Amino acid sequence: MEKARLEALLERLQTTISIDDLQVWAHELRDFFRVTHVFYHTATLKREQIGAFTYSRDWARHYVEKNYLAIDPVLLGAMRRFHPMDWKTLDWSNLAARAFLRDAMEHGLGNQGWTVPIWGPQGEFAVFCLNHQCDDTEWAEFTGRNAKDILVVSHLMHEQALRIINRELTPPSTELSPREREALTHLSVGHSRAAVADILQISENTLRAYIDSARHKLGALNVTHAVALALAKGIITPQGALPKY
Amino acid sequence: MIHFLYADQLSGYPILADTMFLDRAAQFKHRLDWEVTVDDSGREMDQYDVLNPLYIIASAPDGRHAGSVRIMPTLGRIMTNEHFTHLTGGVRIASPLIWECTRFCLAPDAPVGVAAALLAAGTEMGIRFGIEQALGVIYAKTVPIYRRIGVTPDIIGTDGKGRDAISVGLWPMTESARAEISRKSGIPLSVMARWFDASFPRHAMTESAARLAA
Repeated sequence: MEKARLEALLERLQTTISIDDLQVWAHELRDFFRVTHVFYHTATLKREQIGAFTYSRDWARHYVEKNYLAIDPVLLGAMRRFHPMDWKTLDWSNLAARAFLRDAMEHGLGNQGWTVPIWGPQGEFAVFCLNHQCDDTEWAEFTGRNAKDILVVSHLMHEQALRIINRELTPPSTELSPREREALTHLSVGHSRAAVADILQISENTLRAYIDSARHKLGALNVTHAVALALAKGIITPQGALPKY
Repeated sequence: MIHFLYADQLSGYPILADTMFLDRAAQFKHRLDWEVTVDDSGREMDQYDVLNPLYIIASAPDGRHAGSVRIMPTLGRIMTNEHFTHLTGGVRIASPLIWECTRFCLAPDAPVGVAAALLAAGTEMGIRFGIEQALGVIYAKTVPIYRRIGVTPDIIGTDGKGRDAISVGLWPMTESARAEISRKSGIPLSVMARWFDASFPRHAMTESAARLAA
């Protein structure tokens, strides 16, 4: 049920065509996770700052005016790391950082956060954050339960933002290796993972790595979506179908 | 003791870091005769060490390196995709849910249990961060060692024969894998959790939270 809702939400993500749209979508994602705020930020190659967020525009403006970019422990921490970070593991020891947090909370941000640093294939950098108001136990439970989904969602949101920024609203054509294509082809005719692994004479974990990689390269949400995209782009052909001459 | 340290944190642990790179030279250059570069001070470092990877390092009681592994996300530059795609079925492995683990190294005099501790720590890390699988390049002959520790890697591909055969494999970073490692190695789950929490400590962010904690 939750999974189906998330899939629907991620399909909706791919229909966003502007940063304003992405901002609306961030609100939908916030409602899905039932957190206080969702925040995505990247800088383009032209050094334009691009953001999609659920907190007030007042806070966004205030953040820029106060030059919080220079002291924000979330951003400074994420820039040197690649692991998803609980905000409590960041360095809040100095007075400026604590004053910044107080100011943020006065502007409606919660006391908890989880940030995924995103390092893209072109060397671009982005951050994705969930922010929430709750106690430590509840936050640890939430992040433990959702760590995987948050990772996947954050990268898909980044890819969509890139498409919007680069005005490439149909995903670019993707090169898949023969093994990835074989895996998707066998899945497309309804074979189970176990059967496909058997046919390809690989383990199910290897198959999972192939599918995961293909899914990521296609910008797909899940296996079904990856198969549909690969078919639509002609990367794989429906088995048994006549070639199109 | 287990440390999770990024390359940019190693300067705070000079003895640990130096002995790690020296032990890597001992293992990869001198024992295995790989084509690796050793600098003037005898330390083995490569092009990936400068990309600020994360290391999991086991230290001996005297603070020296006992064993280590290097972690990098597969969405960035990684050794497997740049040098070993002939062992992955030609697939460039790239997923936010898969991280690469390379340069798995043990000190020449490493006590028993270091390999298991590193595997346990890595699996704990994967679970905490939401990573599903670890991708690694290993000697095919070391597979039985992993099996003894509790996790059998899935070999995607192998190159060469006999003692020198090299494989690319996948390790699951799941709760059942962690439980199995714990059962086989005797390392309690609570200890794995403590190792992780010691390297990624949570601090009170606000004064009121600090007062509550105190």
